[in-house]
Amino acid sequence: MPKVTYVHPDGAREVLDVPLGTSVMRAAIVNGVDGIVAECGGEMMCATCHVYVEPDQLDRTPPQSDDEKAMLEFTASERKPNSRLSCQLVATAEFDGLVVYLPETQV
Amino acid sequence: MPAPVVAIIGAGQAGFQAAASLRDTGFAGRVVLIGDEPVLPYQRPPLSKSYLAGQSGPDDLWLRPAEFYAKQQIDLVYGDAVAAIDRGQRRLRLTSGIEFSWDHLVLATGAGCRPLAVPGAELDGVLALRTLADADALRQRLNEAREVVVVGAGFIGLEFAAVALASGAIVHIVEVTRQPMGRVVSEPVSRFFTNAHIGWGAEVALGTGVVRILGAGGRVNGVETNDGRRLPADLVLICIGVIPNAELARGAGLAVDDGIVVDEYLVTSDPAISAIGDCANFPTSFAPVRVRLESVQNAVDQGRCVADRLAGRPAPYGKVPWFWSDQGDLKLQIAGITIGHDTSVLRGDPAERNFSVFCFRGRQLVGVESVNRTADHVVARRLLAGDPQLSPELAADESYDLRSHARRLPGR
Repeated sequence: MPKVTYVHPDGAREVLDVPLGTSVMRAAIVNGVDGIVAECGGEMMCATCHVYVEPDQLDRTPPQSDDEKAMLEFTASERKPNSRLSCQLVATAEFDGLVVYLPETQV
Repeated sequence: MPAPVVAIIGAGQAGFQAAASLRDTGFAGRVVLIGDEPVLPYQRPPLSKSYLAGQSGPDDLWLRPAEFYAKQQIDLVYGDAVAAIDRGQRRLRLTSGIEFSWDHLVLATGAGCRPLAVPGAELDGVLALRTLADADALRQRLNEAREVVVVGAGFIGLEFAAVALASGAIVHIVEVTRQPMGRVVSEPVSRFFTNAHIGWGAEVALGTGVVRILGAGGRVNGVETNDGRRLPADLVLICIGVIPNAELARGAGLAVDDGIVVDEYLVTSDPAISAIGDCANFPTSFAPVRVRLESVQNAVDQGRCVADRLAGRPAPYGKVPWFWSDQGDLKLQIAGITIGHDTSVLRGDPAERNFSVFCFRGRQLVGVESVNRTADHVVARRLLAGDPQLSPELAADESYDLRSHARRLPGR
């Protein structure tokens, strides 16, 4: 099962097993990772599951849809080139070792 | 002096959010969250969408895992209902007999399905959809159903119809008005979705009422409509809207009028009691009348608003309303409140299944309904957060860059 590392703004790290087909957002919710709010539950209606993907690992993640790009305008923390909605990061085998950084705030 | 107690009645999206946000704001008192369903707080939107379709399971629904509540020191009581509120003593009693005292009470009691008052509504196979238990029953029945009648073409009815059609069932949609989702969306969007369902194979009867539900041996086998037709059915979903759960409030002597009446701070007629979410009837700058909104956005933002106030940072509630609905391959996104608009213009092309309807009252933009067009929806939410300064002519001009327009406005 892919292991994904969540890095909090204070540098604390949590490593989770993210089952294939499960999103980085859902895994965080199920495991009680603070810093992912996921207000809309993964429907791409909000931007409260915002993460920054380790820049040199972006190619392991699925491409951004136009809808995700549009919704990223609502991030409460700064939008960066490596900003993603973690509900759209659905784990594949390539996610093993993925590192995502949690933003300062989601709302 | 003991720490203050906030008791929240209702553990749906609004109640959950109020509890979680109280802790986020650093509220140091006791937080009691009481839900009458026998499960952890969960999300309702997937119940008529992915959960019903079997694309997600219960573990995808929980708002937070069980440990969250202990960690956040939220006293979660579930599977127990509030029997009565004593405002004088500031106590409440559960049906199990447990009593709590409170300093502030938050009513997040939600809404229940409006029953259809016709003979046969009690037959086996006539279902409603509101709770996880409802969805489980419906999902099981849908697996076996061949012919389905959906009574009421609102969001829930049409979302269910789309899932039922995809599962291979024969689907009849019966709607008493001439306009599906007519309470919420403009005529062009209503017509577009009606035609989409017809295209997916549904039979849609508008302006048609149900006279009685037919059955044999206690089990449903059809629906009789007021134009004298008999539609065969082995499953009937009644989804004709909801009634806000205001009985506790009424019993406690609070003002109730299509929901629990609150002011712009979401305070009821008793300053020690707030009401939020589907059950709250509140004044808003987004509509010419008071409203009661049934949506995740409304539940979440009102939960936060009350938590901020109780943590000592009061502010009037004024978030831009937004909604969504998934039907087949169509995603409907709504920003603002379009009810009562008098002008609408189209952007994009319904034939391409990619368009928005911009709704105006006079020259003022009041809401935008987008189909498979998230970029417009995002812009609309920004525009509506202040004065949109957008004319119908510019909204209809596809060469006009709305995103740049929104960025030029102050504070957005």
